[in-house]
Amino acid sequence: MGWENLLLGFQVAAQPVNLGLAVLGITLGTIIGVLPGLGGANGVAILLPLTFSMNPTSAIILLTSLYWGALFGGAITSILFNIPGEPWSVATTFDGYPMARQGQGGEALTAAFTSSFVGALFSVVLITLFAPLLAEIALKFGPPEFFAIQLLTFSSFIGLGGGNPLKSLASILIGFILASAGLDIVTGQLRLTFGITELMKGFDFIVAVIGLFGVGEILLSVEEGLSFRGVTARINPRVVWQTWKTLPRYYRTFIRGAFIGFWMGFKPGGATPASFMSYAFAKRFSRHPERFGKGEIEGVVAPETAAHAAGGASLLPMITLGIPGSPTAAVMLGGLIIWGLQPGPMLFREKPEFVWGLIASMYTGNLIGVAMVLAFVPLFAAILRIPFPILTPLIVAVCAVGSYAVHDSMIDIWYMLLFGVIGYVFKKLDYPLAPLVLALVLGDLAENALRQSLIMSQGSLLILFERPISGAISAVAVFFFALPLLQPYLRRARKPEVAAVASHDG
Amino acid sequence: MRTADLTTALILIAGGALVIWDSLRLGIGWGSDGPQSGFFPFWLAVLLVGACAVIALQAHRRASDRPFVTRQQLRPVLSTLLPSAAFVVLTQFIGLYVATMLFMGFYMRWIGRYGWVLVVGVSVLFPIAIFVIFEKWFLVPMPKGPLEAWLGY
Repeated sequence: MGWENLLLGFQVAAQPVNLGLAVLGITLGTIIGVLPGLGGANGVAILLPLTFSMNPTSAIILLTSLYWGALFGGAITSILFNIPGEPWSVATTFDGYPMARQGQGGEALTAAFTSSFVGALFSVVLITLFAPLLAEIALKFGPPEFFAIQLLTFSSFIGLGGGNPLKSLASILIGFILASAGLDIVTGQLRLTFGITELMKGFDFIVAVIGLFGVGEILLSVEEGLSFRGVTARINPRVVWQTWKTLPRYYRTFIRGAFIGFWMGFKPGGATPASFMSYAFAKRFSRHPERFGKGEIEGVVAPETAAHAAGGASLLPMITLGIPGSPTAAVMLGGLIIWGLQPGPMLFREKPEFVWGLIASMYTGNLIGVAMVLAFVPLFAAILRIPFPILTPLIVAVCAVGSYAVHDSMIDIWYMLLFGVIGYVFKKLDYPLAPLVLALVLGDLAENALRQSLIMSQGSLLILFERPISGAISAVAVFFFALPLLQPYLRRARKPEVAAVASHDG
Repeated sequence: MRTADLTTALILIAGGALVIWDSLRLGIGWGSDGPQSGFFPFWLAVLLVGACAVIALQAHRRASDRPFVTRQQLRPVLSTLLPSAAFVVLTQFIGLYVATMLFMGFYMRWIGRYGWVLVVGVSVLFPIAIFVIFEKWFLVPMPKGPLEAWLGY
């Protein structure tokens, strides 16, 4: 049954218009990924208003292609300029940049793009297989289950996100509080407006994304001085072919990276830890671990495969449950709502051409993407040679355009500036931004799910634990929330063992 | 770092207190149709105040010597932030296109010290490109001012 649907999807995705949009999306996405201060999330946010007049399927194809392009673009800056465009590209710089400096930039780029392609393809295949099943299960979910999933989403930022768990918690809470500002649609009361009419509309997360990630990132990158120093790379069919011949040797790294990426990626915030984990595993299992960090091609393959598998996987909860796995997926989810679609499991029943068109476009988009970036790397890399004094005002202006276009409202440009400053300060103080954005997106959904659950149970929170599915999910969520508190004890319990082993060896 | 960390935590605590105050006004209990409007924000804010109090304590105890921002870093940041703020103010009054032109021209000339030909070329062509793409192709209007009105838009 799945195959007919996928075929239907391919018929949609292979329409000339949609193929054209995919090419456009990948081009823009790669440019966005290469530019400092513009990444997948705010690139999609800025272009979202342009899709308001399109049909939803074409619109989502444009935006997902943009997303793939941004992922590819991130690899270019990491390898040639040692600037990770996104946090999950950090591990790619470890070996990619040394390779480029040794004159093997073409090889590193080929390896990175190919690994990205393999990782993403792996995720898309799994999405094709599992999304309908997950959607079928999700159809039986009630408000308590949805709230439990939200809890799980946010608990994984606290338990697995790294950094200071309290700061992650603060970011989540700020996001939820900002989401609750404005008109409460259930009771019709105004919240947190303090009598100011402009605050009635609340805060739009798209503007928050553009400000936090766009303007904030610009302020951070000018701090480092106003120039880039990059390495040039020659890339031609011969280099690509030569590199491809060596890549099958690393099949274990590919498989490991893809699994790690998918497993980490469908939980929020998973792409970054997945890329580091995959890199660490590749190094541990390698026969030449000492070469890592000095320009080992396997050190490019591992993080790129995992990061892209995770990037693909983050779309799985978005299309099946209506809960995005990453800020970029969150922006797309916002798009779905604007286009008049109700995100969640019902989409598979009500709009099969949309869902399957989207899934099929992930195949076509990646294929077109890898071909395009391999062919046009020098062009994309040339963008980074545009001097900073031109790029900076250009990006700020584009951010303003994107913010204004969401609601045609001037106050959103002010919010953008405000969020930019907040983004800069938070980034410097290690408050994570992704959970804030997700909370801002999911705020209304979470609150409604909680309200309905409480109404069902006459005000008892225990309902989250009493129903079997929500009980299991909530239990895992509680475990993740408690993980930072438990960790010191876990470590202490493990330490004597390690000490014993070490003394044994000595 | 310590001062910045403490200040941020204290600002967030103050914000949380404000939210708690507003939630109490709306009611945090059980209304006729389920939880009242203030219920959800109230508990969020209580948690936020708690979390930030601990963050402030941590910052107070474990002081990091690394400065939040060095003088050397602050200069380029402010010389980007202040013109950007001015750009937003200008947009409010003279529209986005003219403001973008002035912002780009100023930044390129002041920071980049480019020749006038390049400065004028880029800062005029870029807003026109935005105008064509957004206003014409995709029919997304941007804030406009007296110049656009004079041109008949």
